[in-house]
Amino acid sequence: MSAPRLSDSLVLALSATLALTLSGPAAAAPETEVNLYSARKEELIKPLLDRFTEQTGIRVNLLTGKAEALLQRLKSEGRNSPADLLITVDAGNLHQAKSAGVTQPIDVETVNAAVPANYRDPDGHWVALSVRARPILYARDRVDSGQLSTYEDLTDPRWKGRICVRSSDNVYNQSMVASLIAADGIEAAETWAKGLVANLARPPQGGDRDQIKAAAVGECDLALANTYYLAGMLDSDDPAERDPARALAVFWPNQPGQGDGRGVHVNVSGVALTASARNREAALKLVEFLLTPESQAWYGQVNGEYPVREGIDISPTLVGFGPFEADDLNLGRLGELNAEAVRVMDRAGWK
Amino acid sequence: MEVVLNQTPNAAAPSGRRVVWRRPEFASGLFIGTLALLLALPVLVVLGSVLVPASEVWRHLASSVLPDYVANSLLLMLGVGLGTLFIGVGTAWLTTLCRFPGRRLFEWALLLPMAMPAYIIAYTYTGLLDYAGPVQTLLRDWTGWGYGDYWFPAIRSLPGAVLMLSLVLYPYVYLLARAAFLSQSVAVLEVGRTLGNGPWGAFRRVALPLARPAIVAGVTLALMETLADYGTVQYFGVATFTTGIFRVWLGQGEPAAAAQLAALLLVFVLTLILVERGSRRQARYHHTAQRHQPIRRYHLHGWGAFGALFVCLLPLLFGFLVPAGQLAVWSWTRAATGFDARFLSLTLNSLSLAGGAALLALIVALLLAYAQRLIPTSLVRSSVRLAGMGYAVPGAVIAIGVMLPFAWLDNALDAWMRATFGVSTGLLLSGTLFALLFAYLARFLSVSLQTVESGLTRIRPAMDEAARSLGLRPAQVLWRVHVPLLRGSLLTALLLVFVDVIKELPATLALRPFNFDTLAVRAYELASDERLADAGPAALTIVLAGLVPVVLLSRSIARSRHVQSP
Repeated sequence: MSAPRLSDSLVLALSATLALTLSGPAAAAPETEVNLYSARKEELIKPLLDRFTEQTGIRVNLLTGKAEALLQRLKSEGRNSPADLLITVDAGNLHQAKSAGVTQPIDVETVNAAVPANYRDPDGHWVALSVRARPILYARDRVDSGQLSTYEDLTDPRWKGRICVRSSDNVYNQSMVASLIAADGIEAAETWAKGLVANLARPPQGGDRDQIKAAAVGECDLALANTYYLAGMLDSDDPAERDPARALAVFWPNQPGQGDGRGVHVNVSGVALTASARNREAALKLVEFLLTPESQAWYGQVNGEYPVREGIDISPTLVGFGPFEADDLNLGRLGELNAEAVRVMDRAGWK
Repeated sequence: MEVVLNQTPNAAAPSGRRVVWRRPEFASGLFIGTLALLLALPVLVVLGSVLVPASEVWRHLASSVLPDYVANSLLLMLGVGLGTLFIGVGTAWLTTLCRFPGRRLFEWALLLPMAMPAYIIAYTYTGLLDYAGPVQTLLRDWTGWGYGDYWFPAIRSLPGAVLMLSLVLYPYVYLLARAAFLSQSVAVLEVGRTLGNGPWGAFRRVALPLARPAIVAGVTLALMETLADYGTVQYFGVATFTTGIFRVWLGQGEPAAAAQLAALLLVFVLTLILVERGSRRQARYHHTAQRHQPIRRYHLHGWGAFGALFVCLLPLLFGFLVPAGQLAVWSWTRAATGFDARFLSLTLNSLSLAGGAALLALIVALLLAYAQRLIPTSLVRSSVRLAGMGYAVPGAVIAIGVMLPFAWLDNALDAWMRATFGVSTGLLLSGTLFALLFAYLARFLSVSLQTVESGLTRIRPAMDEAARSLGLRPAQVLWRVHVPLLRGSLLTALLLVFVDVIKELPATLALRPFNFDTLAVRAYELASDERLADAGPAALTIVLAGLVPVVLLSRSIARSRHVQSP
């Protein structure tokens, strides 16, 4: 009987250790708190949440992470999920959440009035909170903006060895190719991706800021990057960030008169109300709060994103980028076409 | 081959006792099997998806990116395998059995790179060696060259990834090889010397073969870590199996195909494990002499001493001093804003998680390794192997493997309680620290298991039998004979898991409860936004938090071996 005794004592120790470390989220009375799963990083949402708590007394429990993982967690937790809201930094994942059946309509008059229709799900399952544009950035000293016109034109041989873009693992590139599929069809998008890969100055690597820095030092002349990265670098106190950004300028492609004139590719960060939400009222209050003019102005001031609401003052840096027409494709399409976009990029050899 | 120097009485247990033992042995075998199966659950969940057909995706993958994934993963493994082998074994030999200036410092300092997460060293070297970084800028200032006038190796490449991973993973080999060299009987080496072997001969013919199980275990750990790496290869744009899994899963929304890729990754791992087992089967080396005498170290002079110093300095310099220096510079520029009040709670969270997980993993590893020795049935052996597979599975995949069954269990229980008693129990396990600790255990058990096992193989079975014949029960054999002999291995196991958990990111990110962040989460959030300098304070603290146990335990291991400098 000796062997089981050994096992027993160790198991006892094991379970005691586990019991000590086990702790669930503290239960609180309903509607005094909201549980938020956020793919927006803590730094880029917490100040707003703190202000919300100050104004309403509603506590916000925050869990940040990658959108896909949060969505997976939401799906597996099902109707018992503690999450009331899901915030993502791209439309594709909001669409995936809706398709997975883990969301419910946000039917609030003020929300519908504040957000233009193409920045909302047609059935109301998600609304955008901020807009992120992905234009062409060019080196001021080597490129004349008159040479630029559309995304499609980037495959022209005259750009050979002159373009920088990050890996196709990134959802911003996946969404961009999805928008090209929506505009030009799968075959044309694949030809485009192949042409772009042929014109790259170096194998895709790093993030968007890396592309900006590479273009600034001359590894390439054009970079595809989201504007808030450029804005963040321009507003930085660190010369290593600021100086490269100053060497580049924004070109808004596909504006009226250029190609099909559909507008520059934009993506959004947005929010969905979960199907399992137990703090529905408080959650909707938070959504409304995130769309107030003050909160909307914050996105632009702090993170260089464009407000989703019209008539909001944007930062001088963003004003300096100039006005643009955005592609008015309903952003749910980006989610529908995402898998196809990845396969297109695989076939095109976009690393 | 069995090296026997001190003849110990080889007392076999009387055969009559075996009969009495059969039932408890079966019961504990079953218990061990169940425990191992439970720990393998996340991996099994992933493997389970193999049954879902996804031939369409596979056709696409095979015709486009799969050859790249295979080639890159194999090259990465080959490079990191060779890199960690040479650095780890070379430095372990020099610091253990040679005498040269700085040896005592290197003894523990060579472990420092282990505190450096691979993705963080990748970020720092990119910052340093990029075109716009200080190294190339200095080069241009000195020479007057401009862009395109000179060739400079691209750090963000496959060779770059090999270098980064080798620099932070070689301590696994160093640690295990050194423990093995230290535990080798001095007599064996002296016999080698009297037979006319010089330092190199003694190393090649005697010490190396004796340390082989430990070295192979170290390299296996390094390679499993390599296969599971996502942060470094993703940042460097090197398409491997792991980046492929994420791409297929998240980008294409094909969880079944992604799970199949993960299963293929496990085939790599199984091959590794079989190779390792195979290398042990040919020969068993047991540490027999219990007389520990101070090791007589080879005196190195002149160029020899200089060479040894140089060889030990390089990995320390590039694996730790340079990147930590860069982090310190970044932290200095952010000193005012980086270390806020929340910093303390982040650090405490990281430390307590890592401590808890390390202790748990040690207990379970000891249980499994010991059960394997005591009840060497195929059921026990194979279930223990199964439980150790999680190490090569990317953390995010393990996270899903924990999330799905836990949520299923929670929801099934909740539904049953609602139906039967009209009470909702909600989620009992999902989203708790328990789920997170379980994931760490599933992922890192292999680390403590391999370390404990390689320690156990050096204690010959004759000693168990002798102890048993003297009337000790198996539990007493463990506590009174093995634990004291294993102290170094146990501490090593504890330290390795602790440092691994401090650095762990994907599972923490996916499974942690509300309002619970760690240093790694903080560093990642800023670094992934390409705010490397802002990530400096958190990254530096991860490194510092990892340093304390590294140094403490390294010294304690050296002491436990009664090694004194001559």
